[in-house]
Amino acid sequence: MFKDTEHLIRLAAVIVIAVVAFVVLRAAVVPHSFGEYGHYRGDAITEIAVHPIAYAGHEACEACHTEVVDQKKSGRHAGLHCEVCHGPQAKHADDPASVKPPKPDTVVLCARCHEANSAKPKNFPQVVGADHSGGLACNTCHQPHRPKIEEQAKSAAGAKR
Amino acid sequence: MDITRRRLLVLLPAAAVAWKFIQAGTPEAAPNYKIAEHWWGMLIDIPECIGCGNCVRACAQENDVPDGYYRTWIERYHVTDYGIERPQVESPDGGKQGFPAGEDEGGKNFFVPKLCNHCADSPCTQVCPVGATFVSPDGVVLVDKNYCLGCRYCVQACPYGCRFINPKTNTAEKCSLCYHRITKGLTTACCEVCPTGARQLADLKNPNDPIHEFLRSHSVQILKPHMATGAKVFYYGMDGSVR
Repeated sequence: MFKDTEHLIRLAAVIVIAVVAFVVLRAAVVPHSFGEYGHYRGDAITEIAVHPIAYAGHEACEACHTEVVDQKKSGRHAGLHCEVCHGPQAKHADDPASVKPPKPDTVVLCARCHEANSAKPKNFPQVVGADHSGGLACNTCHQPHRPKIEEQAKSAAGAKR
Repeated sequence: MDITRRRLLVLLPAAAVAWKFIQAGTPEAAPNYKIAEHWWGMLIDIPECIGCGNCVRACAQENDVPDGYYRTWIERYHVTDYGIERPQVESPDGGKQGFPAGEDEGGKNFFVPKLCNHCADSPCTQVCPVGATFVSPDGVVLVDKNYCLGCRYCVQACPYGCRFINPKTNTAEKCSLCYHRITKGLTTACCEVCPTGARQLADLKNPNDPIHEFLRSHSVQILKPHMATGAKVFYYGMDGSVR
């Protein structure tokens, strides 16, 4: 037997206390979901997923605005989702009665896509705004939901007959 | 039952405990979303991009991105006939307001939308000292802003320059592939507002996603393949000068 075993017992006690303190502190400090999927907080995924949406998505628009869907579907803008031009409308979709979307300014809006630029694909319809309309609002002549002028004239004539 | 003061004193703590259990049991924001059944990426069709900047604006509005910072942006490339190694690249305000017409100096001009590549073996998540950024089980590289120290290691590590420090929160920020939207069955904000379909969200684990047919039948590239990042943003029609 060792002589002064008391030293060893004290040392062991200190080690045990340190280990217990470490385990307790670790349990208290590390979030419970840490390591759920990997070396990160699993709850972070849920927290990121609850961020509110700003763009409602075209399905939400089309559920009510069926007349615009019909108008658009045969025109050149058929593939464009509503919020491409009308901007984020999740608030309007949640509460259509009190939140009314503003009317887009066609001079700014149309130019973003259709103002000529050498980097745009060659087959994409482009105009030099100043020459094409001289600053006139695009929707003076073009109906944005069905922009081709001949188509509009045809459908207007059809409606009269 | 009359609510006396004594009963109320007993009921209040009980209700508090019950409320904690209710909250803990609250289903996720997207109850039908099965995290193991998705593996997200994106397809970018460069010949379709018209540089309108819709994606950049939508991203900023959807995700409260501060002015002057970009989770996605558009670059305009100008490449002279044999200048493939020295393209001129510009991105005024990230392309948020579109691009000035510029002069056609000959050569090639085209737009390249950029965003986080959501790498399967992402360098940015490997350097995080605290486990604040990670690849989620459905393949999206996310930042836990409550855990991020703002040490900027990840900003330096990303070979694509997709990360920044948000000046308001002082934490790392990046494209989340609109995680709050895709888990609800919506597409990302940038894909929703792309007028030409140049951006398309892709679920690589969904056998019915048209991405599979596209990848089989087209020549597709990723950015910086030599870095072996496992990038999941696929570029179709990309010029060799793009980096």
